Amino acid sequence: MKRLRLTVQLLFTIVTNGYLYGFLNGKIYRGSLKYACVPGLNCYSCPGAVASCPIGALQALLNQRGFQVPFAALGFFFLFGSLLGRFVCGWLCPFGLVQDLLHKIPVFQKKKRLPCHHVLKYGKYVVLVLLVCVGSMFLWGGFAKVPAFCKYLCPSGTLLGALPLLSANAALRSQAGGLFLWKLGILLAIVLLSVKVYRPFCQYLCPLGAVYGWFNRFSLVQIHWEQERCVSCMACEKACPVALSLREISRSPECIRCGKCVDACPEKCLHFSSKGRN
Amino acid sequence: MDFWKGCRQYVWTAGAVLGALFLGIGAVQGQFDVIWKKAIMICLECIGIG
Repeated sequence: MKRLRLTVQLLFTIVTNGYLYGFLNGKIYRGSLKYACVPGLNCYSCPGAVASCPIGALQALLNQRGFQVPFAALGFFFLFGSLLGRFVCGWLCPFGLVQDLLHKIPVFQKKKRLPCHHVLKYGKYVVLVLLVCVGSMFLWGGFAKVPAFCKYLCPSGTLLGALPLLSANAALRSQAGGLFLWKLGILLAIVLLSVKVYRPFCQYLCPLGAVYGWFNRFSLVQIHWEQERCVSCMACEKACPVALSLREISRSPECIRCGKCVDACPEKCLHFSSKGRN
Repeated sequence: MDFWKGCRQYVWTAGAVLGALFLGIGAVQGQFDVIWKKAIMICLECIGIG
């Protein structure tokens, strides 16, 4: 399962960021695939990106003059969320993959959570409401509204968009200033923290994780627990990278369906299924 | 009694259908053009310049 997940993560990242011409020339893909959104957080200004970012799409719609219900973005959220829930985070998100790989670096004593996790875990909902929604509707920069989350926080945009574009495009590089340094600082902080703590951005800041978390309880893809076969050895709890209890696995908005509990169970009473929990 | 146990399959199906419906409404309202126009230009805010 571990190898399968890594393979899926790598393949999905490569396929959805496979526009090589963009990386070589410091440009981005301009074709019709960008009418659609990928399920994970994937900056559409990444030179390789062949589709749009769902959070970027939501902000683009909220940035319009007047207010319009952002049906197109909500449609992607409901579709991906109802089918997959936070399986997207665990298996299909490029920035999740980056954090997974960073956490494998064998330095520091690893931590599953930050101190005050029970408070900090709500940070992603604050980011979703204040930066993605309110910020994008009411924050103006000059004569246009700004996508506040992309502009002030998104580390995926810095890593997948800014760094490759600026390294290949001298004109853009010459314009980088204080804002770029701010975003670079955020990226560096998250990169360093990811080496010690498991997926800090996903657990505490990602607005897409907040959205998909709401769908976790009833999404099609679930981790099914056969309670009658369970010997309560708690190997699943020990293996869970986000420190969920047996009762919370699959149901909790924090479960990213990584499948480590499935691998760890000696009785094979946990498995991926569309059935859900007993 | 877990509320979700009995009705989970109906809820995710309804969610997926609602998602498809929202995508349709978004298409009719031209929202995909807005997304596409944003996505094909380098987003200066996203890369920390704008």
